[in-house]
This record gives sequence, structure tokens and C-alpha cells, in this order.
Amino acid sequence: MASEPSRSPAIELINVTRRFVSPTGKTLMALRDFNMTVERGEFVAVVGPTGCGKSTTLNLVTGLAKPSAGEVRLMGGPVNGIDRRVGFAFQKDALFPWKNVIDNVMAGPLFRGKSKAEAERMAKDWLARVGLSKFLHHYPHQLSGGMRKRVALAQTFINEPEILLMDEPFSALDVQTRTVMHEELLKLWAERQASVVFVTHDLEEAVALADKVYVLTAGPATVKSVYNIDLPRPRVVSEIRYEQNFIDYCKTIWEDLRQEVETSYRRASEAA
Amino acid sequence: MADITMEAPAAIFRPGTSDKEIEAAALKSIKRRKQVVLFWQIAILIGSLGLWELSSQMNWIDPFFYASPSAVADRLYDWAVNGTTEGSLWYNLGITMEEALIGFFSGSIAGVVVGIGLGRNKLLSDIFSVYIKAINSIPRVVLAPIFIMIMGLGLASKVALAFIMVFFVVFANAFQGVREADRDMIANARILGASDWQVTRTVIIPSAMSWIFASLHVSFGFAIIGAIVGEFVGARFGIGQLISIAKGTFDAAGMFAAIVLVMIVTLAAEYVMTLIENRLAKWRPQQSLDTH
Ligand SMILES: Nc1ncnc2c1ncn2[C@@H]1O[C@H](COP(=O)(O)OP(=O)(O)OP(=O)(O)O)[C@@H](O)[C@H]1O
Ligand SMILES: [Mg+2]
Repeated sequence: MASEPSRSPAIELINVTRRFVSPTGKTLMALRDFNMTVERGEFVAVVGPTGCGKSTTLNLVTGLAKPSAGEVRLMGGPVNGIDRRVGFAFQKDALFPWKNVIDNVMAGPLFRGKSKAEAERMAKDWLARVGLSKFLHHYPHQLSGGMRKRVALAQTFINEPEILLMDEPFSALDVQTRTVMHEELLKLWAERQASVVFVTHDLEEAVALADKVYVLTAGPATVKSVYNIDLPRPRVVSEIRYEQNFIDYCKTIWEDLRQEVETSYRRASEAA
Repeated sequence: MADITMEAPAAIFRPGTSDKEIEAAALKSIKRRKQVVLFWQIAILIGSLGLWELSSQMNWIDPFFYASPSAVADRLYDWAVNGTTEGSLWYNLGITMEEALIGFFSGSIAGVVVGIGLGRNKLLSDIFSVYIKAINSIPRVVLAPIFIMIMGLGLASKVALAFIMVFFVVFANAFQGVREADRDMIANARILGASDWQVTRTVIIPSAMSWIFASLHVSFGFAIIGAIVGEFVGARFGIGQLISIAKGTFDAAGMFAAIVLVMIVTLAAEYVMTLIENRLAKWRPQQSLDTH
């Protein structure tokens, strides 16, 4: 464990357990003996049945929540509170509806003590990259779902996170927009070389984007298996889905995932 | 253009109608709707006042108890020109307004601050919630005699009553507004780098704002109630005192005149508040033009 810090992985979860205690004193175990390692610059996708504990895992990495047992390490150091190197893209967009597009994107740098002029310059730059230069003064409710997602990405990327966590960020989008967003995400990721954890329900999305796919068990979540996706980069998401390799990966992983999904459904229907 | 039906929720246009024409038609239909609404509003006002006047003239109702619009108008005119038995009308109105405004501003500022403070702090709110519920269960007007006993007949007792009436409404709304603030949005701000104070300022307060404004709309009315009830119970000047005197002399027109004054003042305050709110809430989706 005494390896020099620059070589240490970006994210390590070591034997992590997370319990929720309800006000009545009942406990619910969301994660059990969870182990995961994300190398620097690696793109990891996480799939698993609904309610198994994927969002919980990401919350532990952000520092919003603490593990009940085990250890979470970022860049070789322990997590103490919210880490400035982390960026988080939410499932439903968490833009501030009372701020216009540019003010939303400027929020991060301003919170972190940058000057207004500097923040504005950075925000304009990022909004140009996501193709929204014409919409600086629109409010979120005046934008389409895809545009809002792009604002949210700019808002997250402007802080230049070394660790990027994404919780089903594109699940609310239509298929075409989602493909466009995939391309944009891969482009931004290739430029920045951040370490990414991407949670999704969509197996094809996971295989198309990631270097590694983690399959989780039905809750309490542990890692069931890890797949290395050996597809060449740069990838063109809209075309990759027709390649035989890609289809094989999807089939194999789906076989694995299906059992967990079935377990999860069976439990849900038994409980009902 | 004659084949376009304006009343339908969505007008159907011939193919080839230009955008300009559609816009013009939409604007026209909006304007028309506004006129219809205004027409009925005025018609109902005139109708009910007319019915009141007529019933009173015809002695269907006893003018001694129910007065009539013309008697009320006369009384208002008389008060405005010759003053009341308690001195100039404007002086009395000024006194009531002063009490209500001081109570309103201090009560709403205190309500917002305490509401947000407790809303942000789970422990404090758990501790104090039982006391707040207890105090909140007291009908505020019963405090009037106590305040007047303690603080005398002057300004302070009325301000205290107006304050307490406003405080609880605004407090409850601010508190609720903080609780309703979106958890993801708070998490987003924190991960983007916001300190606790920055979260409060940029997320909590703006999202509680629509709740707070909703309470401010009603609470100016409550401030007026506080001031006037305080004046009923014991005062030397003020609109409440005028009503009290009118009651003592069986002067129905005087009472209604005072009520009309209070209505005008409250509506004016409401109007100003709406203007301010619209300025602050320009980020919200507009309701009108979208539909038809
Ligand atoms: N704050 C909380 N308090 C109590 N239980 C919680 C809390 N957050 C999550 N849970 C429980 O933990 C389990 C895992 O939840 P989590 O949100 O991590 O699931 P998920 O894998 O992200 O699901 P989905 O794919 O549907 O988003 C669920 O059973 C959920 O009920
Ligand atoms: Mg989730």
C-alpha cells in the first residue's frame, strides 16, 4: 500500500459496506463487501438491477455519504467530506432553474473563489464546446432536455474534475440525442483524461463507452463480475453497435446480468 | 380571416397562413380574452353595488343597519374633506398603516430568518417544533388585551400584534420552503464547491422564495388585521378606532367606509407585492402565451 501516490488508482473501494438505519431502527444493507478499483484515466461503467445500490456507491465516492465499514480512497488518500477533484452528473438534471445558462455554468468557479470575469470567460468557453453559445441568457425551462443535459455537462466539466461520476446521466433522453451526448462525452473525456464511473441501466451504453464494465448483484450489491471491453478507441458510438465484437460483449454480459435482474424482480414480487 | 374561430382553445388555420397572421390572431385572441374578463369583473361590481343601493332605497333591507353605497361614498368624502371626530382621516389612516407596516416588515424578516435558520438545522427544529406548534395554536387576537395591558394604548401594542400575526405565517412557509428544496440540487451545489452559506444563499433561499412570497401576499392582510384588532381593543387613533366609534353610534355607513379604506390599502399593497415578485421570478415559466 506504500506505493507512491502518483501511481495509486483514482478510486478504490475496499470491502465497503453501507447500511441505512431507518428512524424506527431497522437497517437496510445497500452495499456489502464491495470492492472496486478505477485506474487513472479509466472509463468504468457500472450496471446492475434497479435499487441494488449503484447510486449509493457513487455517493460514497463524492463524500456526500460515509461507508458503514471499509474504506474509500481517492488518488491514494482517504475521503474527508466532499472532494474538490470530483465532478458529478445527476440522473435528473440538477440545474438551478432561477439561474440562466451562463450563471448555471459559472456557479462552480464562483463557489470555488474564482473572479467573476474569469468564471465568465471559462463558462463561455465551455458553452461553446457543448454548442450552446447562442443560449447564454436562456433559463433552463426554455431549453430542450438535450440542451439542459449539455448545460449540466458544461457545469460539471468547468471545474475540470479529475474524477467524474455519472449517475444514469442520459437515461431521460431520446435515442438520437443520447448518441450525440455519448460522442460528446467521449470527446471531452479524451481531452481531459479524467477517471470516469458511469452508472447505467443500458448495457449497450455501458459497453460502447467503457474500458471496464462492473456487473453488480441484486441488493445488497457486491461486484458479481468485471469485464474488460477491448474495443479500439476512438470509438464512434453510432457505428460500434453493429460490430460483431460489440454484440458478443453485450450478449455475454447480459447473460450474467439477467440472473441478477430476475432475482431482483422475484424479490420485489415476493415482497408485494 | 373570418373563418378563424377565436373562442376555440387552438385556432385552426388554413394551410399557407403566414406566421405573422398566426401571431396577430393569437395576440388578438389574448387581448379579446382579457377584455372579456375585465368586462365581467366590472359588470359584477356594478351589479352588486347597484343591487345594494336599490335594496336600500326601496327599503328591502334596513338602511339604518346596512347603509348603502351612496351613503358610504358620502361618508368617505365627508371624512376626507372635513376630517373625522378623531381628527383628520389621513392621520388616522397613517397611524394604522404605520402599525401594520412596521409589524409586517419586522414580522416577515423575523419569519424568514427564523424559518430558514430552523429549516437548515434539524436539531434546533426538532427541539423547537413543539413550542412553535403550541404558540401557533393560540388564536393570535386573544393576545391583543395582553399586549395592550403590557405596552399601553400606543403604537407598540399594535405593532406587536401585527408582528405576531405575520411572523407565524411567514415562518411556517419559509420553513416549509427550505424543507422542499430539492436534495439533488443541494448535492449538486455542494459538489460544485459551495460552502454551507453559499448553499443557503444560492439554492435554499431562491427555492424557498415562492413559498415565502405566497405567505407575504396574505400576511400584509394579517398585519392590517393585527393593527385594527389592536385598535378595537384600545387605542386613541386609527381605522380600528374609527370603526369602534362608528359601532358605538350605530353608524353603519362609517363602518363600511372604514372597511372600504382598508380594502383599498390592502389591494394596493398586494399589487406592489405582485410587481416585486414578478421582477424576482422572471426565471419561472410564463403561463400565458403558450396555450392559446
Ligand atoms: N437515504 C436512504 N435511506 C434509506 N434507504 C436508502 C437510502 N438511499 C437508498 N436507500 C436504499 O438503498 C438501496 C440502494 O439504493 P440506490 O439508490 O443506491 O439504488 P440504485 O442502484 O441507484 O437504483 P436505481 O438503478 O433504481 O437508481 C435501495 O434499496 C434503497 O431503498
Ligand atoms: Mg440510482
